[in-house]
Amino acid sequence: MSKLFSEENKAAFSNPLNLDNPVTVQVLGICSALAVTSQLEPAIVMGLSVTVITAFSNVIISLLRKTIPNRIRIIVQLVVVAALVTIVSQMLKAFAYDVSVQLSVYVGLIITNCILMGRLEAFAMQNAPWPSFLDGIGNGLGYAIILVIVGFVRELFGFGTLFGINIIPQSWYVSNGGWYMDNGMMVMPAMSLIIVGCVIWAHRSINKEAK
Amino acid sequence: MEHMISLFVRSIFVDNMIFAFFLGMCSYLAVSKNVKTALGLGIAVTFVLLVTVPVDYLLQTKLLGPDCLVEGVDLSFLAFILFIAVIAGIVQLVEMIVERFSPSLYASLGIFLPLIAVNCAIMGASLFMQQRISMEPTNAQFIGGVGDSIAYALGSGIGWLLAIVGLAAIREKMAYTDVPKPLQGLGITFITVGLMAMAFMCFSGLNI
Repeated sequence: MSKLFSEENKAAFSNPLNLDNPVTVQVLGICSALAVTSQLEPAIVMGLSVTVITAFSNVIISLLRKTIPNRIRIIVQLVVVAALVTIVSQMLKAFAYDVSVQLSVYVGLIITNCILMGRLEAFAMQNAPWPSFLDGIGNGLGYAIILVIVGFVRELFGFGTLFGINIIPQSWYVSNGGWYMDNGMMVMPAMSLIIVGCVIWAHRSINKEAK
Repeated sequence: MEHMISLFVRSIFVDNMIFAFFLGMCSYLAVSKNVKTALGLGIAVTFVLLVTVPVDYLLQTKLLGPDCLVEGVDLSFLAFILFIAVIAGIVQLVEMIVERFSPSLYASLGIFLPLIAVNCAIMGASLFMQQRISMEPTNAQFIGGVGDSIAYALGSGIGWLLAIVGLAAIREKMAYTDVPKPLQGLGITFITVGLMAMAFMCFSGLNI
């Protein structure tokens, strides 16, 4: 048991959460991080889907790593990922239809999410299944954290809600005689770029000493 | 014909791959350091799009759609695997062509050429095409034939090319500005792209 949670394995799990975050440090998987974050709920579903797919594709590729010929490894990796994404997409359609409609093509685009290919190439091809699994979970969650932060800011200021529940009191709104208005800009795609830019800024200035 | 022109113009400006859907962000941010390389990658992406989208369109309508192969069988859940296989094959082909005819471009694109296979813009265009087939024919985004899919692919590719060349030009100038240290590099690039996206937002009211 102690071997399962050795220092190295712990590092494989916890590094991507902060110091080696896939979005802000490794700059992987930006596309979907920007597109699905106008509200909190799709952001969380997307984060979890990516976590599950990264973890299991890491395990499968890690199990196959000695049998895959080097020349065709990209195709093998893509097929494994595409199969897992198909499963997750069908599950979402069956159990969370509304969210899957909101996510539209971005579920399919998990196949081309650079986090997956990046982790498969950089970690799973060299490591045993268990550390690869932890690495997959860690990177998926690191990605999910950024999605949740961006989704939180955009939904709170763009719609005045969180998970669709009103947070800003109705009496504050201008239409009810108050002083507050939702920032329509936050809902626009352009704003998510700027928020991610600011998150990266904050992350780098906090971690400056750590490096 | 009118519809094809409208699709073409819309996919360059209104439904721009980068500014409206954020597709192909990874290589967009990484390869936009100088205009020449950016132009090369943009052309490669446009070419790959131009081949893959019509091929995927035919696959979707002739093979995968409901009742296409066998009566009462809908195979569209296989779309992800088939589309990515087509894309990976064509990217391999483009890589060989570029290596043969322009070794200098091949060297400067480096790892990003084979990575076009996992460029979300390519996969995204095919998935949007799949979505647009099932729209109402009166919709401005409807794709109803091979011609429409070619117009859409060409428009999306040129839109992507414009976006990456624009950003590369701005970043070349930005090398001389004094940006706060933690914001340098990635952070400021994001904010620049955000501002460019805002500029492109004014096309969204465009009605063609």
